[in-house]
Amino acid sequence: MSSKVCVYVDHFQGRSSPASWEAIGVATKIGETLGGGVAAIVLGEKVEELAKHAIEHGADEVLLVDDASLKDYIPETHASVLSKLVTDAGAEVLLLPTTDRTRELAGMVAVDLETGVTPDVVDVEVKDGALIATRPIYAGKLMTKETCTTKPHVLTLRGRAFPKPEPETGRSGNVNKVDVKVEAVTTEVLGYGESEAGVTLSDAATIVSGGRGVSNNPKLEPPAEITVEQEQEIWRAQQGFELVRSLAGVLGAAVGASRAAVDAGYIPYINQVGQTGKVVSPDLYIACGISGAIQHLAGMRTSKNIVAINKDSEAPIFKLARFGVVGDLFDIVPPLTSALKERLGK
Amino acid sequence: MNIVVCVKQTPDTAATVTVSDGEVSWGDAPLVLNPWDEYAVEQALLSKEAHGGKVTAISLGSEGAKDALKQALAMGCEEAILINDPAFENADSLVVSKALAAAITKLGEIDLAFFGRQAVDSDTGVTFAQVARRLGWPALSLVAKVEALDPGAGTIAVERMLGSARQRLQTKLPAVVSVVKEINEPRYPSFMGIRKASKAEIPVWSKADIDLAEVPEAALRWPEIFAPPKIETECEFIEGETAEEVANKLADRLVEEKVI
Ligand SMILES: Cc1cc2nc3c(=O)[nH]c(=O)nc-3n(C[C@H](O)[C@H](O)[C@H](O)COP(=O)(O)OP(=O)(O)OC[C@H]3O[C@@H](n4cnc5c(N)ncnc54)[C@H](O)[C@@H]3O)c2cc1C
Ligand SMILES: Nc1ncnc2c1ncn2[C@@H]1O[C@H](COP(=O)(O)O)[C@@H](O)[C@H]1O
Repeated sequence: MSSKVCVYVDHFQGRSSPASWEAIGVATKIGETLGGGVAAIVLGEKVEELAKHAIEHGADEVLLVDDASLKDYIPETHASVLSKLVTDAGAEVLLLPTTDRTRELAGMVAVDLETGVTPDVVDVEVKDGALIATRPIYAGKLMTKETCTTKPHVLTLRGRAFPKPEPETGRSGNVNKVDVKVEAVTTEVLGYGESEAGVTLSDAATIVSGGRGVSNNPKLEPPAEITVEQEQEIWRAQQGFELVRSLAGVLGAAVGASRAAVDAGYIPYINQVGQTGKVVSPDLYIACGISGAIQHLAGMRTSKNIVAINKDSEAPIFKLARFGVVGDLFDIVPPLTSALKERLGK
Repeated sequence: MNIVVCVKQTPDTAATVTVSDGEVSWGDAPLVLNPWDEYAVEQALLSKEAHGGKVTAISLGSEGAKDALKQALAMGCEEAILINDPAFENADSLVVSKALAAAITKLGEIDLAFFGRQAVDSDTGVTFAQVARRLGWPALSLVAKVEALDPGAGTIAVERMLGSARQRLQTKLPAVVSVVKEINEPRYPSFMGIRKASKAEIPVWSKADIDLAEVPEAALRWPEIFAPPKIETECEFIEGETAEEVANKLADRLVEEKVI
């Protein structure tokens, strides 16, 4: 069977990114117009479960390479296998969800196949048999439509930009176990650092973020043994982020931060939202003590609903906010956490 | 060590960017060294300072991109090269990667090539991977920490970002490394550095200079560039006598509007 659209199912040690299923949803739509089926590509070791999920989310078939050499993600290995599968399938389009793994993967496959790659796509249409992909440039200040003169057109799709198809349990489809010779590469995996706990920012439906303002609670007295001013500030900020975390906990939200908070050492870089951090697009984004600098807005301006809590009524974040509270976050966040807890019956 | 760092010139991130008749404009906002590339330059310099050798900064761009290269020189790079040729005018990442890979090959005997995570104008974030692929070198991407660099053994070990996890990798040189902000704190150019850079003559390489007889056409076309629909929001300010009252009102509104 020829599959005109291939979808790469991205996962970390068997845990899939939800955006992979969104990509299958897009593929199904494109497939209807282009004709030809949707093939999901699953690479890894002991990942048959993912193949099943891909079928349930709408793939017509799965190309499964289950091999010990694919246990760890290594770009060169994965790119080579992916290029081969996409070529053999005769795909016109290759879709990948946008993650920390897939931009490079998409780029490498595009080199292997001498074709165009369009990253972080937020909209796709088919016109006269040709694919048109829309994506943000200049950190979302502009948008561009891109088409590709060669095949396949390689696209990575921004998470949460497309609806996730409802899985249909028991849906049937072919899982083809493909034997691909995996070439040895020079890169070896030494291990994994501790993975950050909690909800991943880019997948989150709700995000609660803190900025420089979270360190700004003069009422808090640091313990006597902390005498250095910078450490006192960090201590105060950590107390502030505890409030942010409690609120996030009630909402099942991920915790975000401004660059100012990250640079001051209040919270790790992995939590940074913005132009030089993560680009997110949740249903609800609550900004606590964040002014709304253009580089921060670049990372969260497409959030569906923005709530801002800031002492300064002139803070630019309010221009984007649907709901705003002018006030001290240390006064507002604790009762807000309780109130939401009550409303959500937790 | 012989180190390369690839840098791009981009409009300042604070610029207001507009488009009219397909022409993008950033008004009189300054053009700067792509912010991500500052971290790449810094890491190249740190590697050189630890192990000796030299750093060459390469940029593909217009004549004006020499300013970005001068910034890299002022920070401490020994040499800079501008790739400029009409053949690269409508380049996509496929073409840019071809040119950069050809320039790195031309330089010869390179141990490491550093890149930023992403250019803040095109927001592509794939060029480093494509250059690595063209060179046949391993790519260590989104590197947050260099754990060990051993030019004698010809190895490098790093920690890379991988979603919510971190992966520790080791590979053989030569390699391509793309860096994220966490890796270091870029230095400010010294006064001496700025003076030296301002006097530097930056060589310009054409496609012939990097031995590219044929530059392929870009695979991508951009039929339309447009401003995103303006987000029309009227902020509803929640007020009350006490914090509790405000918090409860806000919670109620979020429930009423089905936000939660
Ligand atoms: C190249 C470049 C890239 C950048 N990338 C990013 C990026 O990716 N992400 C990012 O966020 N920034 C980025 N920045 C930085 C950005 O310009 C701002 O400096 C940063 O976003 C400011 O963070 P902030 O809002 O937390 O701090 P501030 O601007 O200092 O704002 C703090 C806010 O908290 C409020 N506040 C203080 N105390 C309280 C209190 N008790 N209760 C309520 N409110 C309070 C204040 O009124 C103020 O509005 C970048 C900058 C550059 C130049
Ligand atoms: N025109 C260019 N000249 C030199 N380096 C570049 C150029 N374009 C991109 N790069 C490098 O590739 C990285 C990723 O860019 P991009 O894939 O365009 O987002 C940048 O951070 C630079 O290090």
